Amino acid sequence: MSIFVNKHTRLLVQGITGREGSFHTKQCQAYGTNVVAGVTPGKGGQSHEGIPVFNTVKEARQISGANASMIFVPPPFAADAIMEAVDAEIELIVCITEGIPVLDMMRVKKFMAGKKSRLIGPNCPGIITPGECKIGIMPGPMHTPGGPAGVVSRSGTLTYEVVHQLSGQGIGQTTCIGIGGDPVNGTHFIDVLEAFQNDPETKGIVMVGEIGGNAEEEAAFFIKNHVTKPVVGFIAGLTAPPGRRMGHAGAIISGTSGTGQAKLSAMRENGITVCENLGELGEICKKVFV
Amino acid sequence: MKIHEYQAKKLFAEEGVPIPRGRVAFSVEEALDVAKSLEYFPVVVKAQIHAGGRGKGGGVKLAASPDEVRDHAGAILGMNLVTHQTGPQGQVVRKLLVEQGLDIRKEMYLSLVPDRATANIVIMASLEGGMDIEEVAEHNPEKIIKVFVDPLSGLQPYHCRQVAYALDLQNEAVKSITATITRLYAMFIRLDCSLVEINPLVLTGDNTVVALDAKVDFDDSALYRHPDIKEMRDEDEEAPLEVEASKFNLNYINLDGNIGNIVNGAGLAMATMDIIKIAGAEPANFLDVGGGATSEMVENAFRILLMDTKVKGILINIFGGILRCDIFAEGVVRAAKNTGIDIPVVIRMEGTNVDLGRKILAESGLKLETASDLKDAARKIASIIKG
Repeated sequence: MSIFVNKHTRLLVQGITGREGSFHTKQCQAYGTNVVAGVTPGKGGQSHEGIPVFNTVKEARQISGANASMIFVPPPFAADAIMEAVDAEIELIVCITEGIPVLDMMRVKKFMAGKKSRLIGPNCPGIITPGECKIGIMPGPMHTPGGPAGVVSRSGTLTYEVVHQLSGQGIGQTTCIGIGGDPVNGTHFIDVLEAFQNDPETKGIVMVGEIGGNAEEEAAFFIKNHVTKPVVGFIAGLTAPPGRRMGHAGAIISGTSGTGQAKLSAMRENGITVCENLGELGEICKKVFV
Repeated sequence: MKIHEYQAKKLFAEEGVPIPRGRVAFSVEEALDVAKSLEYFPVVVKAQIHAGGRGKGGGVKLAASPDEVRDHAGAILGMNLVTHQTGPQGQVVRKLLVEQGLDIRKEMYLSLVPDRATANIVIMASLEGGMDIEEVAEHNPEKIIKVFVDPLSGLQPYHCRQVAYALDLQNEAVKSITATITRLYAMFIRLDCSLVEINPLVLTGDNTVVALDAKVDFDDSALYRHPDIKEMRDEDEEAPLEVEASKFNLNYINLDGNIGNIVNGAGLAMATMDIIKIAGAEPANFLDVGGGATSEMVENAFRILLMDTKVKGILINIFGGILRCDIFAEGVVRAAKNTGIDIPVVIRMEGTNVDLGRKILAESGLKLETASDLKDAARKIASIIKG
């Protein structure tokens, strides 16, 4: 078992003919992901590396039966691309694009209310169920199939570090999800935690947060009330100064809100095992999960 | 991106939001000219720096006569203004805003910000105008009212009435603040603002609300569609090394510590700073070279770190994904040869093509210390400090 993606996932790629889209589509295919269609407006009817390309997501979905989309569209056009996928009732939309204007994402978020699609990202590495399906830009080989750990994170390379340590300790992963570093995003920690809680193969959860906002605090409270599986938590940015945007658009301490210490406290108070030194995360997980 | 008060007020004026009469001045003589062009004294002389808390720091003075304008302008221009937002090093004042004093009946607070959790624009207002709003939020949160606006349906008149009556305004003042909020909201959306804040928004003797102060920040991700706003950037307000880094698309923030670091990815960069601290040192910077770093970017990253004289050692932490370790290693070797690095460097590399990357470093003949994992890297950094 796994969450959100598995070997039955049929992927379409929006922006498949671009440099990034093309490169990562190949990488996903090489990992075993079933890529069934691409969308690039104006290039419908063509074929890209053997994958049929369509002008619209709706047409691509009807003909290919795609149930997931990976978006590599540049920031000025990415909000539109997400909404097009939502309108075509694609079940899972993974938006890799970094740098979408906040107001655009707020409109997307409101547009999605009550719709059937789930959005992961934007500004995220994507999602992988090791051994079955990779949608995103993470290096595939370091992952270990079969569980027992589920990983959810706001970061990209930091997630790779975590997975690398888990695999190094012999701890496999059910599914790993990067929910993205933007202030307004689709899937939150809580959505993923709930799915991991309901996934029988996931026996423990690693939650990787960072400064800014209060999603980690809300997630910690949710864990206390709804998650019975052990959770190991890490927060990046304990040494970050207030008022400065630390790379990610969402990673900023505003006044007294969004500090790493507040998030660590919330985690501790709600029964999460906190890892303060990233170098020890794998060892701590081994103690807690195995 | 931040702009100055005088620039924000110019945007307000273009939008039809009332502001006091006044103008920016770059010298004492100009300040005097502006003051004389206003209708009457007193006038207000205000330091123009991006940081808040200017009044408490001595950067805002009331002048009752031309002589006082001369004295205050002379004292403020060129001063190193230290506020709770500038940090202890302060910020040099290079320009002033000279404005008409007003007949103030009431001071209020008004701001618009995006609410990340609900994806609404939130209008915040308070009768505690002129105060540090962070303090009000912490000690008397009930004194701040919040009205949420859905960006899809937009601002409605009732949103404005909720704000107006919560601020105990009546009759003409309700109309005045409604017009102001409507115009600010339109500007917020049109220009992709990330903050519009007026503290204080004042009610004058003729029942009009006027923006006595103005703070406007913009969403960096949306600047591509606002070239005119981009023009308003003032590099004097930013740390020189950060300006230099931005020329090469390096995500760099200068900090107080002595261990420089180069990392790919923002989350891993923050975590690496934290590891330096755990090792008993302090990070000298935040630096994310990004996923698509070229060897030229890596070289510039080195050059910028070495320009910071506080830096006593460098920790490199790369997890190769899109950025391959061999490409990065080549950049490091080139940078080391071109810049002549003479301080200890610890490198920890993992991920795509790591073996090739390690080989390139090993064969380069450079004195680079390699670390096998993060714990090892932290140990080696700690030994640099002690050494």
